[in-house]
Amino acid sequence: MAKQLLSPLPGTFYRRPAPDKPAFKNEGDKVAVGDVIGLIEVMKSFNEVKADMAGKIVKFIAENEEPVMAGQPLAEIA
Amino acid sequence: MGISKLLIANRGEIAVRILRAARELGIKTVQVHSTADTESLAVRMADQAVNIGPPHAAKSYLNIPAILDAAKQTGADAVHPGYGFLAENAGFADAVEAAGLIFVGPKGDSIRVMGDKVAARAAAEAAGVPVVPGSDGRVDDPESARLVAQAIGFPVMIKAAAGGGGRGIRIAHDMSEFETLMPQASAEAKAAFGDGGLYIEKVIDRARHIEVQILGDGKRAIHCFERECSLQRRRQKVWEEAPSAVLPQAVREKLCDSAVALAEAVNYRGAGTIEYLYDDQTHHFYFIEMNTRIQVEHPVTEMITGIDLVREMIRIAGGEPLRIAQKDVRMNGHAIEARINAEDPAKNFMPFPGAVESLSVPGGPGTRFDTMLYAGYQVPPFYDSLLGKLIVWDETRDAALDRMARALRELHVGGIKTTKPLHQLLAADPAVRQAQFHTRWLEPWLEQNAHRLTA
Repeated sequence: MAKQLLSPLPGTFYRRPAPDKPAFKNEGDKVAVGDVIGLIEVMKSFNEVKADMAGKIVKFIAENEEPVMAGQPLAEIA
Repeated sequence: MGISKLLIANRGEIAVRILRAARELGIKTVQVHSTADTESLAVRMADQAVNIGPPHAAKSYLNIPAILDAAKQTGADAVHPGYGFLAENAGFADAVEAAGLIFVGPKGDSIRVMGDKVAARAAAEAAGVPVVPGSDGRVDDPESARLVAQAIGFPVMIKAAAGGGGRGIRIAHDMSEFETLMPQASAEAKAAFGDGGLYIEKVIDRARHIEVQILGDGKRAIHCFERECSLQRRRQKVWEEAPSAVLPQAVREKLCDSAVALAEAVNYRGAGTIEYLYDDQTHHFYFIEMNTRIQVEHPVTEMITGIDLVREMIRIAGGEPLRIAQKDVRMNGHAIEARINAEDPAKNFMPFPGAVESLSVPGGPGTRFDTMLYAGYQVPPFYDSLLGKLIVWDETRDAALDRMARALRELHVGGIKTTKPLHQLLAADPAVRQAQFHTRWLEPWLEQNAHRLTA
């Protein structure tokens, strides 16, 4: 059963810890509850986005550096 | 020359501030903005507005080609960078001039020199400005490190020469501690950066942050006295004053003269600020850095001197020589600025973007509120949290503190959390009232007073 991981906050979504670092997770990667899958930058403060269910990342819905609203889907986990 | 149309390459309250100065000078304004700022106050007020890209600053407010295109498209003949974003980007200043436009600020080369820590320190020393005592460059062997430490006096900071971000920093209070910590610092630096070289610097304990406002026209420079910005959280200024309440007049004169000497030595043009650490026990001051732009806290200087700094920097950029002689810069009364941020002080200053449902702005004598807010505005989450600055002036510091408390009571920002409750506590705090603080004072105070901020 696929479930969408929603952004907890409004801001800018990042898939990498830093521009020169690899992505936290890629499509197809397994995730456990609490795994960091990205960051949301809100007013220059960075907040981790954690998986709320275990499974596999089917796809990312939001792109790296995309502006997102709170409650907007970021990724699909199944 | 003279400027006829000014492009404002910034956002928020400073964009509004620049627009007002330009309008008073009869200059038309072009406000560039991201798609997140289409409904911003600056866009609404400007004569023209140009969308330069998506919310992410790298794609809009930091996008030099898009900004230059907007200037070309609107026929702007000058660019004001504000603070932050591209304000201290030497390449941007060069690109603006290469496009045949006026950059409202110093030459790119001045930004380059003062933006480089080592070059800025060398320039300060050459101009006779005291710098924080330390090893002039790296030390590689233990014996010369010992000699430097002995010469500058304890406590000293041991830093990785190759470092940054606080890695490898140790503080030694005496020689025996130094002997223990130096090899550790060197080993950690070697492991972290592949370079065990160290840098030794004197620790200025309980230092205050004091800075001098400068105006220059490329030949002559004047100072507009100092500001004290010792109340900081995570190295961000929270509350600023002019003048400093603790600076003896003789020290003030030496400090301000040193800033003028440095500004003239680098042929500084425009508004700038020279920042110092000040030790109120010894009355020594030490150069830290120069900010080659207008600063957030410039209004407190405007309030005590009557000089409109933003207007003056635009006039200078337009080719006018500095209109003010040093002897005509007078200090009158005391001014305080409180930064009103979209942050929740009850939740460890968590950012709080969102809709401003209602707004009441303080007024009355000696009260100024520089802001980007209006009722119904949506504060976007993409940029810094500064919503506005509440600035008060009064004849004395005590009266200014009372006026700040009064003005804060009048301020209501409905719908979002702000730092107003913090400033209300600070305005009434006995230590603040006595000006007994330093740059490391506020953070422990916040821990001790956390319960009062959650009430």
